[in-house]
Amino acid sequence: MKILVCISHVPDTTSKINFADGDTKFDTNGVQFVINPNDEFGLTRAMWFKEKQGANVTVVNVGGAETEPTLRKALAIGADSAIRVNTEAKDGFQVAKELAKVVQDGGYDLVIAGRESIDYNGGMVPGMLAGLTNANFVNNCISLEVEGTNAKAVREIDGGKETISTSLPLIIGGQKGLVEESDLRIPNMRGIMMARQKPLQVTEPTGANAETTSVKFEKPAPKGAVKLVDADNVGELVNLLHNEAKVI
Amino acid sequence: MSVLVYTESEEGKFKKTALEVASYAKAVADQMGTTVTAITFNANDTSVLGNHGVEKVLQVNNSSLDKFNANAYASVIAQAAKQEGAKVVVISSSADSKYLAPLLAIDLDAGYASNVVEAPSSTSPFTVKRTAFTNKAFNNTTIDTDVKIVGVSKNAFGVHESSASASAEEFSANVPEMGVQVESVDKVTGKVTIADAEIVVSGGRGLKGPENWGMIEELADVLGAATACSKPVSDLGWRPHSEHVGQTGKPVASNLYIAVGISGAIQHLAGINASKTKVVINTDPEAPFFKAADYGIVGDAFEVVPKLIEKLKEFKAQQ
Repeated sequence: MKILVCISHVPDTTSKINFADGDTKFDTNGVQFVINPNDEFGLTRAMWFKEKQGANVTVVNVGGAETEPTLRKALAIGADSAIRVNTEAKDGFQVAKELAKVVQDGGYDLVIAGRESIDYNGGMVPGMLAGLTNANFVNNCISLEVEGTNAKAVREIDGGKETISTSLPLIIGGQKGLVEESDLRIPNMRGIMMARQKPLQVTEPTGANAETTSVKFEKPAPKGAVKLVDADNVGELVNLLHNEAKVI
Repeated sequence: MSVLVYTESEEGKFKKTALEVASYAKAVADQMGTTVTAITFNANDTSVLGNHGVEKVLQVNNSSLDKFNANAYASVIAQAAKQEGAKVVVISSSADSKYLAPLLAIDLDAGYASNVVEAPSSTSPFTVKRTAFTNKAFNNTTIDTDVKIVGVSKNAFGVHESSASASAEEFSANVPEMGVQVESVDKVTGKVTIADAEIVVSGGRGLKGPENWGMIEELADVLGAATACSKPVSDLGWRPHSEHVGQTGKPVASNLYIAVGISGAIQHLAGINASKTKVVINTDPEAPFFKAADYGIVGDAFEVVPKLIEKLKEFKAQQ
């Protein structure tokens, strides 16, 4: 089985979010980038398929050279090879178009992407990729088994989950649950050394156009200070929630 | 060239988000000088949509679509959009809508903006404001394609009344091959879900163990709220993963979010920040949650929560 894991290069969760160039660009100054958490769950599941079922795992990112350390980290975790499509990621559609070319050229059976990236939160790439490549698609996937060309997946739905049967080629929008937090791997020294020898192929983009344009960022208005209620006067909280916040 | 809105229903009844997206579609239609058409799947009484500005309802009645299927639903909505010549398609932020939206976008060659919080600031260029960086910022985005898809954030635009009378007609569409089959659904019934809840009561590690969740459930019961938990709690297996809210869990956009014994890690706050009013109960006055909350009580949850339940019961009895 050939697996492609889509890796988004995103600011670490604890990063301060600031904007530059008249609030038109994300300010990367002092920001540490990581593998998008939703993608990391998928990558770890892919490692399971590699170790238990002999799958071959490629990781891919659409982005500039600055994203290569993130791909190297994925290689250090255990992916066999990496591809970087050498163009700035502009929107979900453009990224999905570039990835569709990679999927078609590579003949992947299974593509695992995160349900959304934690920066732009678009939640578009896996579904659009499925639409563009005519593959089956399971979003919010919290469990995945593959047997031959058949797949069994569990999807988280509002208020529960559903068990799905489908077949390869398949695209997954993955999240926590594909593996547990405790299953995530920190690259060890041997993995880091080996990652340096693994192929990281840089391919030129097809030049797909974006369909949306980011114009300007804004930060939410600063929040007022918390109103503290005395622990011996809990009734006051009920009063505030009813008369002031008007939520009960 | 109407605005098409996908109004979701469950067991024949419209969800609250359906009325919110209908209200949003009406606002867009007014800006563009056109009308709103809704598409429904196996919904019973569609007249309520008229109260929120829908003039025409395309009713799909097809038992093969009883269970949600992203491929099939996306295809049917695309057929409706083409028939109506819709330039804008409005959907919600439910798990199902977010599942089908990218497929619909490819089918319609439409640009798609998700997590939109306001009516468009301009329809030419079509400009919307959406959340980004997991609620830590907003991004103003133009959708540059001829047909546009707007995914509306839950509880951001609100439900608005508007008097129209919705005329319903049958819409028979071709149902494509499903690709994925739902084998079984495991869903809590009779309990409000985090996605639909107006109020969410959430517990953290401060509660010391799963055996102490009784008071969280009781507090939720009094308020008609859904229960949720922080990430460490679901990682420890005290509560099911489906209750985990935060960046890698479920997003919360309720009217009221009550956090009990949750310190407020940045990942947690990111996931619940879209809630309108936030209350924290924690022994530690330095807990970061106090910076994000509207109301707070510094105190021991085991003392405060039972008192709060009592006071709420008194309050409810007076109502």
